[in-house]
Amino acid sequence: MDLELLYEAIISGILLGCFYAAVSLGLSLAFGLLDVPHIAHPSFLVLGAFATYMLGLQGVDPLLAGLLMMPVFFVFGLAVYQFYYSTFEKRGTDTGLRGIAFFFGVAFIVEVGLIVAFGVDQRLVEAPYIGTSTRFGEMRIPNRMLVAFGVAVLITTVLTIYLAKTFTGRAIKAVAQDEGALRLMGADPVRIKRFAFAIATATCALAGALLIIVGPVDPGLGRLYIGRTFCVVVLAGLGSMSGTVVAGLILGIAESIVLASVGAAWAPAVAFGILLVVLGVRPAGLFGR
Amino acid sequence: MGRFVIGALAVLAVLAAIPLWVTNEYFYFAAYVVLQFIVLATAWNILGGFAGYVNFGSAAFFAIGAYTAVALFKAVNLPLPLQILAGAAVSGLLGLGVGLLTLRLRGIFFSIATIAVAIILETFIINWSYVGGAKGLPILRPTDAPLHFQSYLQWLFFVMGVVAVIAVACARYVQTSWLGRGLRAIRDNESAAECSGVPTLQLKLAAATLSGALMGAAGAPFAQYLSFIEPVSAFSLTYAVNALAMPIIGGMAHWIGPVIGAILLGTVQQIVTVTISSELNVLVVGVLLVVFVVAAPEGILGLVAKLRRRVGSTK
Repeated sequence: MDLELLYEAIISGILLGCFYAAVSLGLSLAFGLLDVPHIAHPSFLVLGAFATYMLGLQGVDPLLAGLLMMPVFFVFGLAVYQFYYSTFEKRGTDTGLRGIAFFFGVAFIVEVGLIVAFGVDQRLVEAPYIGTSTRFGEMRIPNRMLVAFGVAVLITTVLTIYLAKTFTGRAIKAVAQDEGALRLMGADPVRIKRFAFAIATATCALAGALLIIVGPVDPGLGRLYIGRTFCVVVLAGLGSMSGTVVAGLILGIAESIVLASVGAAWAPAVAFGILLVVLGVRPAGLFGR
Repeated sequence: MGRFVIGALAVLAVLAAIPLWVTNEYFYFAAYVVLQFIVLATAWNILGGFAGYVNFGSAAFFAIGAYTAVALFKAVNLPLPLQILAGAAVSGLLGLGVGLLTLRLRGIFFSIATIAVAIILETFIINWSYVGGAKGLPILRPTDAPLHFQSYLQWLFFVMGVVAVIAVACARYVQTSWLGRGLRAIRDNESAAECSGVPTLQLKLAAATLSGALMGAAGAPFAQYLSFIEPVSAFSLTYAVNALAMPIIGGMAHWIGPVIGAILLGTVQQIVTVTISSELNVLVVGVLLVVFVVAAPEGILGLVAKLRRRVGSTK
C-alpha cells in the first residue's frame, strides 16, 4: 500500500472516527456512566435515522430533522428508563440476565418493526451537502463527511462541557461514582439517572440523522453498530467522554485502513475484532474509571 | 430404568412411527424446525439458564456446525450422522474458546463478546469461497432415505428428533448432577462459589463446550434441510433471539422449560409464518420475550408453580 493511499485513509479515518464517537456518546452515558446494559442503543440510532428519513420526505433538512426529533427522543428516553427502573432495578432480582434480555428484545422489536413498516430496502436522504465534495489539494473529501465531522465535534464538545461544568452534569457523574453517597446527600439518584438516560436517548436523534447523512440506512444496520458503539465505549473506558473521541478515532482510522488495503468485505470485522481484543486484554479500556 | 429413559424411548418410537401415518411433507418441514429449536434452546439454557452467562452468539455455533457439515460433505461426502458429530465437535471447540472468555468477562461484557465472535466468524465465512462465500452454495441432497422413511426430509426430521432427545438428556444430567449444583452456585454468586471451593472455571468451560457442541449439532443438517446454505440465513439473528427467548419464556430453572418454550414458540412461529407473514413471526418472538421478562420472570414454569400454590392454598 503506497503512502499516498495511507495518507488518504488516515484523513478519512479521522472524519469517520469523529462520527463514530458521536454515535457512541449516548451509549457512553447510558452504559458507561449509568451501567444500563443498553444493547438497544444502536437500534435507537437507526430509529433516529428513519425519523430523519420520514421528515426528509416532507422536505426537512436532515440536520434540522435530527434537532427537531431530540425533544421527542428525550421524552422517549425518560419513559424507557422509568420502565426499566421500575421493572428491573427497583425489584433488584437478577437484573443482569433479565435486563440484558429485555434490551435485546427491545432492539429486536425496533429492528423488525422497522422492517414491517419500511421493508428491508436501504433509505437515503437528500440535502445540498450529500453527493458533493470539496477539494483539498490532491484529495477530494465528500461534504457529507465534513458535515458529520463538524456536528460530531460540536455535540461531543457540548456534552463534555455539560458534564464537567453544569450542576446536573456533575450530578450525573456523581451518580456514576457513588449512588449511595448521593442518596445520603439528600439527592434522588433515580431522577438524575432518568434525566441522564433521556439525554443519552436524545443524542440518538441527532446521531441518527448523522447516520443517514453519512450513508444509506436499512433496519438491520443496528447490528453492525452494536460492535462499533460498544467497541468505542469499551475501548474508551466506561464513561470517559474524551476517551470516546480517542477511541472513535482509533476505530475510524483502523476501519478505513482495512477498507483501503484489504477490502470492504472485511471492514465489519474490524470493530468487533478490536472489541474482542480490548475485552480480553484490558477490559477497563484506555481511560477507565 | 428411570421414568426419563422410558419417556425418551417412547418419544423416539413415536417419532420413528409418525411417517407410517403422516405423508404430508409440509408437516416434516415445520416439525423439523421445532425440533431444531428444542436443541438450540436446551443448549442455550445449559450456559445461560444454569450458569447465568447470556450468549447472544448462538447463531455462530449453529452456523459453524452447518458449515463444518457442508465442508465435509463437499470434500469427502460424509454421511449425515458423521456430519452432525463433526459439526458438534467443531462448535464444541468454539464453545471452549468462548468459555475461556468467561475468565475475565461477566454479565453484559460476556454477551457483547459473543456477538463479536459471531460477526467475526460470519465475516470469515463470507470470505471463504470453498463453501460458497457470500453467494452461498447449493447442496444436492440424497434422494433416497434409509430405513422405512419415504423421503430424505422425513429422515432429517427423525435424526433431528434423536439429537433433541440427546440434548434434553444432557441438560437433565447437568441439572441433576454435581455439575448443575456448581453452575447454580456460579449463577447466584461467582465469587462466593469460588471461595467455597467450587471449581468455577472447569464448570464454566464444561458448560460452554457442551452448549456449543449441541448448538453445532442442531445446525449440522441445516444445509441438507434447505438444499442450500448462505451466510446471512445461517448466521441469522433469529436463531440468537429464539435460543434465548425460548428458555426465558419456558422457564430457565428446569430442563423442561426450554422444551416447553421451544415447542410453544416454534409452533406459534410456524403458524404465523404460514397465515400472516415471516416478518411478523420474528416480531412475535421479540414482543413475547419482553413481555415475559417483564411480567413473568420465571417463565411458564414459574406461572404454573404460582398457580399450583394458589390452588393448594384455597383447598
